[in-house]
Amino acid sequence: MSILVGSGSKVIVQGFTGKEGTYHAQQCIEYGTNIVGGVTPGKGGERHLDRKVFNTVKEAVTETGADVSLIFVPPSSGGDAIIEAAYAGIKIIVCITEGIPVLDALKAKKYAEMKGARLIGPNCPGIITPEEAKIGIMPGNIFTKGRVGLISKSGTLTYEAANQIVKAGFGISTAIGIGGDQIIGTTFIDALKLFKEDEKTKAVVLIGEIGGDLEVQAAEYIKKEFNKPVMAFIAGQTAPKGKRMGHAGAIIASSKGTAGEKMKILKNAGVAVCDIPECFGELLKKEFEGIA
Amino acid sequence: MKIHEYQAKELLVRYGIPVPPGEMTDNPEEASEVAKSIGGGMWAIKAQIHAGGRGKSGGVRLARNLTEVSEHAKAILGMNLVTPQTGPEGQLVRKIYIESGVDIVREFYLGMVLDRSAEMPVLMLSPEGGMEIEKVAAETPDKIIKICVDPLIGLKKFHIFEAGCKLGLNKDEIKELYVFAKGLYDLYTGLDASIVEINPLVLTKEGRFIALDAKIVFDDNALFRHNEVADMRDFYEEEPAETEAGKYGLSYVKLDGNVGCMVNGAGLAMTTMDVIKLVGGEPANFLDVGGSASAETVAKGFEIILNDPNVKVIFVNIFGGIVRCDRIANGILEAIYGTEINIPIIVRLDGTNAPEALEILKKAGNPNIITSDRLSAGARLAVQLAAGGEK
Repeated sequence: MSILVGSGSKVIVQGFTGKEGTYHAQQCIEYGTNIVGGVTPGKGGERHLDRKVFNTVKEAVTETGADVSLIFVPPSSGGDAIIEAAYAGIKIIVCITEGIPVLDALKAKKYAEMKGARLIGPNCPGIITPEEAKIGIMPGNIFTKGRVGLISKSGTLTYEAANQIVKAGFGISTAIGIGGDQIIGTTFIDALKLFKEDEKTKAVVLIGEIGGDLEVQAAEYIKKEFNKPVMAFIAGQTAPKGKRMGHAGAIIASSKGTAGEKMKILKNAGVAVCDIPECFGELLKKEFEGIA
Repeated sequence: MKIHEYQAKELLVRYGIPVPPGEMTDNPEEASEVAKSIGGGMWAIKAQIHAGGRGKSGGVRLARNLTEVSEHAKAILGMNLVTPQTGPEGQLVRKIYIESGVDIVREFYLGMVLDRSAEMPVLMLSPEGGMEIEKVAAETPDKIIKICVDPLIGLKKFHIFEAGCKLGLNKDEIKELYVFAKGLYDLYTGLDASIVEINPLVLTKEGRFIALDAKIVFDDNALFRHNEVADMRDFYEEEPAETEAGKYGLSYVKLDGNVGCMVNGAGLAMTTMDVIKLVGGEPANFLDVGGSASAETVAKGFEIILNDPNVKVIFVNIFGGIVRCDRIANGILEAIYGTEINIPIIVRLDGTNAPEALEILKKAGNPNIITSDRLSAGARLAVQLAAGGEK
């Protein structure tokens, strides 16, 4: 079991024939992900990575029955790519593209919601259910199958955390990179709700950062409704106020957005908060004894 | 991207928003001529820098005659203006904006930003014109009227009618305010702004609304479709190293410590800074060389870090994923080959092929390179060496 994606997922890649799309689609295929085709407008009918290329997402969905799309288009057309996927009936849209204008992301997210599609990202590493499907740019070899759910705003920090979890003798049920932009499709709460219903997930690791209040919202939800152990790490304890730290959303705009404040609120909600990612392994052993 | 007040006002005018007559100059000798051509009997001489808080710091002065205009212009141009937002080092004033005085009946605050929780642009109005909105929010939050505007619908008359009634405006004033707010909303969405702030927004004797000050910040990611806005960028107002890093797709923020950091990925880069602080050190910078670091980005990263004279040691923290650690290790060696780096470089590599990578670095025999396979251990060593400790 897992959340959102698994061995049954039929995936198409938007921006299939581009440099990034080609490289990562190849990696996903090697991992065992069921990539059923790709979309590059103007290249419909060609073959790429031994799969069909379509002009539009609609065509691809009609012919392949795809239900997941993985997006690698340039930022200027990222918003449109999400809208096209939702329009074509794709149910899970994973957008890797970094640098989509906020207003584009805003409209795309609203449209996806209207169409009943789930957006993951943008500006995220994607989602992986180990040994079943890797839909993103993460190194698959780091993620061993197991029972810890991982939700993260950051890319390499997710790999770092997964590595620590695995080194400590645990594994991952599903790891979902929710992205570091100001507007993201799937939030911590959305992912927590899914992990709550997933029987195989016994504990959750949450990786947040400065900026916005998604972690604060998550803390409220955890306190009220979440019934599995949660550990958290918040990046940016030393980040200066008002400076953007790499991610578009990683900027402290008010006292609420600081790492310290988020850590405090999470602790109050019963979450085990650690200072450095290396603690994940030790904390897991302590907190979730017997779940490996 | 930030722009100056005089540029913001140019854009406001383009969107039909009234501003007082004014003109920018960088020549103190021209100031009185400029004031004369603007007309009127009173002028404000305003320093043009990107930081706020100019008024309280002597960067905005009133002149009642042309001699005073000239005096103030000479005093402000070329001054190093220190405001609460510039930091202690201040900012050199290269341009001033000379503006005609306005008869003020009432002052308000009007701003538009993204409300991340509501996931919509929010229009904020407050009767506390001239006060920082953060201060109003902290002290008297009830005074702020917030209107979330769904971008699929846009700003409507009823939005402003509701707000105008709360502010005690009459029907004609509310109509005026709507035209003003609509212009602001159109600018915000039309030019992909991330912050538009009119503070104060003033109501004149004639019942008109005028933008007395204006601050606009743009979404960097949308500049590709607004060349006229991108051209307004003022490099003098930016940290040169941050601008240089941006050209190479690296994200760099200068800080005050002595441990230079080079990391792949923004989250891990922030974490690296945090760990350095946790073990008693101070990071010299935030530097993200991109999720998939390459020899080129690593080389550029070294160059940027080494331009900071405070840096005593460099801590490289890279998690190798699809880009394997052994390739990154070779990249590091290539990057420093032939350069004169004579400070310690602590390299912590983990992830795919990490053991092989650490072996490559050890074999290279460069006495300045010290390897580590753990984040906290590497950070501790870096901090120790930066403080003058032994290897």
